[in-house]
Amino acid sequence: MSAFLTIDNVSRLFGPNLTTGEKIAAKLGGKVETRSVRAVSDVTLRVRKGETLGLVGESGCGKSTLGRVIAGILPPTTGTVSIDGAPVMVNGTKVTTRVQTVFQDPFASLDPRMKVGPAVAEGPIAHGLTTKSQARSYVAEWLERVGLDPIWVDRYPHQFSGGQRQRIAIARALAMQPDVLICDEPVASLDVSIQAQIINLFLELTRDLALTTVFISHDLSVVQHVSDRVAIMYLGRIVELGPTAQVFGRPAHPYTAALFGSVPKLVLDAEELVRFETIEGEVPSPLSPPSGCYYHPRCPLASGACRTTQPVTQSMSDLRTVACHHFEAQLAAGVSD
Amino acid sequence: MSDPVLSVENLSTHFFTRAGVVKAVDGVSFDLAKGEIMGLVGESGSGKTVTGFSLLGLVDAPGRIVEGSIKLNGTELTTLSQEGLRSRRGREISMIFQDPIATLNPMLTIGQQMKLAIDAHERVSRRAGEARAIELLTQVGIPSASARLRAYPHEFSGGMRQRVAIAIALLHRPAVIVADEPTTALDVSIQAQILFQMRDLAAETGTAMIWISHDLAVVSSLASKLAVMYAGRIVEQGPTATLLRDPRHPYTAGLIASLPATATPGTPLTQIRGTTPSLLSLPPGCPFAPRCDRATDRCNETPQITFHERRGWRCFHPVGQNSGVSA
Repeated sequence: MSAFLTIDNVSRLFGPNLTTGEKIAAKLGGKVETRSVRAVSDVTLRVRKGETLGLVGESGCGKSTLGRVIAGILPPTTGTVSIDGAPVMVNGTKVTTRVQTVFQDPFASLDPRMKVGPAVAEGPIAHGLTTKSQARSYVAEWLERVGLDPIWVDRYPHQFSGGQRQRIAIARALAMQPDVLICDEPVASLDVSIQAQIINLFLELTRDLALTTVFISHDLSVVQHVSDRVAIMYLGRIVELGPTAQVFGRPAHPYTAALFGSVPKLVLDAEELVRFETIEGEVPSPLSPPSGCYYHPRCPLASGACRTTQPVTQSMSDLRTVACHHFEAQLAAGVSD
Repeated sequence: MSDPVLSVENLSTHFFTRAGVVKAVDGVSFDLAKGEIMGLVGESGSGKTVTGFSLLGLVDAPGRIVEGSIKLNGTELTTLSQEGLRSRRGREISMIFQDPIATLNPMLTIGQQMKLAIDAHERVSRRAGEARAIELLTQVGIPSASARLRAYPHEFSGGMRQRVAIAIALLHRPAVIVADEPTTALDVSIQAQILFQMRDLAAETGTAMIWISHDLAVVSSLASKLAVMYAGRIVEQGPTATLLRDPRHPYTAGLIASLPATATPGTPLTQIRGTTPSLLSLPPGCPFAPRCDRATDRCNETPQITFHERRGWRCFHPVGQNSGVSA
């Protein structure tokens, strides 16, 4: 498999910023929190050119942190990210414009005091993709591309609806002519009827511009719809990765199966009350993750080995991996619904 | 069927703003039987939350209920005094909000807050109050409830906080609970646990529920009937399964068709064009007409809701049979 976007052994830790006083107190045995959260733990991924990789998990699983590391917004603690062989970051500084991000909240990601035109043109002018004199027509082109009327360049963000703002945010990312696009929950804050419009726009643009995309979402049905492959994260680790249809059709990791089982589905049988497959318990604190496999306290298949030994990531096929001691048993069990 | 516990007739709540009158809720009617769960579905600004607030008399100025009737166990609520409403809120009808961190007092332990909620309507001893609090916390799935009484809200996870809020809403065994997107902020695995428990609780206690949500899948697995709101009005209502399988209002049909779950992966989704209208500048006639493929000149008039057996819709050109998702 030829990789375009390469993520090698990436980990990202968040530690407390201790003051000198606190450091001394900690040394002397005072009650100071010195533990770090390993938000992303040893993640290795290969994404092909033009591929859309879905990144799924519950809150706190590290999917957004991983997205930010790939986008060069956060430096990884260890490991590297590169696009077509060239690193995204060197010594903690982003050195490429080939990766851009679309964020969840288009109300927070646009400067309320900046008109749409300058907001979209800012980056391309700074990086020589267009000139000040040509910026207006350059922006107009991109606005049109995302389905907005180019005459709106002189409007402020508050004059747009949520869906339109997300289109502006997409235009702003694409005007940088990236090869890789990171979408962090791009439709989560939109209404259902608007969600479909933005998903369609996204499908069209990634195809036409041959974008390599990492699509982060907690909404499984959205990820299933847009992704070629999907990676499932739990407490900072990728527990399963594979072609979308295969993973959704026959999950290999018990967490994947349980997650899919707990998603409410459209129920059309009035007489029959659906029984949810619920995952027991809650996600453990990432400050003190369990021993062995992080999922074992909630896992119906857990055995002695799961409590002591962290499962290694194994290849099931060229495109599919899983990190579970008992994935064969899970595959045999099928989907839990 | 027995008398409904809650009966809403032609409820209209308007907000009188400087920019004009916002008809947030405009002629909403429905009944709720004992133990029944109704899903109230709509997008942001459709009036579903204001409907919930109106039921509890929680609409603040510049908004007020301008028309209609709300009967709870036979008592008309719209004409009650503030004191009369207060004595019923929390006892006969209570509410669960989306964000439990905003509804729980961060300065009081869970036990103290639950005792306050009990004292608002009853005189019970400290011991009896504590026993009731423990019983309810256990019922909503909080482990080692008696120890948790002395914990503060920040010591709970999001899912556990919402369970506490649910336990408080259940303290007086109200006839009706209005739940406003209570699982929207939670992770799917926790959402599933809570939905499942709420359904059992409604069945066990006979508490009727109005479950407000933008998520059709969530309400479809929980509610026995649905009301779909658009621009302040109920555009379609009826038994959940029939309504989803065979939607009549083009908006309902469009919403269902736009769900990724109903489409083939990778293909364009069916989309409803345009955006939800501003309630300040609603088009004359049917508010959905500008976005509707079936609209004709006739839609310049306002369609009334028409009932056909157990379901109703507000449309001159309803979608034909079997046009929803296939079963």
